[in-house]
Amino acid sequence: MIIRILGEGQLAVDDSLAGELNELDAQLEAAVSSGDESAFRPVLAEMLERVRDAGTPVPADSLESSDVILPYSDASMDDVRGLLSEDGLIPG
Amino acid sequence: MSVVKRVSMIFKAKANKALDRMEDPRETLDYSYQRQLEMLTQVRRGVADVATSRKRVELQMNSLQQQQAKLDGQARQALGSGREDLAREALTRKSALQTQISDLQTQYQSLQADEEKLTAASQRLQSKVEAFRTQKETIKATYTAAEAQTRIGEAVSGISEEMGDVGMAVQRAQDKTAQMQARAGAIDELMASGALEDVTAQPNDDIQRELDQMGSNHNVDRELERLKGELGQGEAPREIEGSASGAAGNGQQAAPAEQPAEQPAEQPQAGDGS
Repeated sequence: MIIRILGEGQLAVDDSLAGELNELDAQLEAAVSSGDESAFRPVLAEMLERVRDAGTPVPADSLESSDVILPYSDASMDDVRGLLSEDGLIPG
Repeated sequence: MSVVKRVSMIFKAKANKALDRMEDPRETLDYSYQRQLEMLTQVRRGVADVATSRKRVELQMNSLQQQQAKLDGQARQALGSGREDLAREALTRKSALQTQISDLQTQYQSLQADEEKLTAASQRLQSKVEAFRTQKETIKATYTAAEAQTRIGEAVSGISEEMGDVGMAVQRAQDKTAQMQARAGAIDELMASGALEDVTAQPNDDIQRELDQMGSNHNVDRELERLKGELGQGEAPREIEGSASGAAGNGQQAAPAEQPAEQPAEQPQAGDGS
């Protein structure tokens, strides 16, 4: 699958990583719903680290869409909430 | 639904809005290409803005470092003249400057990182735009409108995602740069208004004034000695004996001006003579 880390580009990652990422995603969700910034940051960092480690960069001239899009590395919980809102950070 | 799934979904939905706007799918290609070129311009401007901001921070950092070196020199000079109080004051100010310099260093590194990221993003987008242009021409030339639709969808959504990402990165970098420029501007204004003078030791700061004052007291004392010598009053110092001619007198005036700080021991002598 292709994963985009916002601000860094796309990486091709083996599908077998999905299980691990889903687990981290669940922790991320828990942190966001409890408003726990100190839990949120390390989980996001670990998630991005795993993807960077396991992935290989997609060629720059590829026009493929990503299957998954991850927040940028220094995103705070507020930034992520912004990403999730209709009038948020993503230019429409 | 999980955070990542929601982020992915919303991001893609926004990026692909352009797809729904056109009646003829092939118009979508041209419209998207136009947007890509605009985005390329925007990201290049973003890189230039960040670079300008980085250079400005660098200049401020250099000037504060010079001030620091100057305060260090003043501390040495003051200590050499036995003025530990002045030396202490100079060193206190020097250490106060360090906080500002460290802050600027952090800003500098952050701007440098942003610049690198945006430059890489600009190159990625450039490659994608070129690939898109080739594909656009192929699709237009080869496929009927109906066939073209899916291919256009693939090409446009791929690059729209990139544009959404780059657009966001540029926006974030510009917001950050604007904040830093406001801070840099505040330091510039403080320097210009003289409010930072006490901290940054401008040429006319009080430490320098006192050091200069000590120097000029020596000069006055020496001048006095010289005049006394000429008029035959008191005890004329050996080195100005026989210097009655104007040319020699000028030479004598210039010489002591360079020595005052190094010969504080002469001050009491001059006092005794008067």
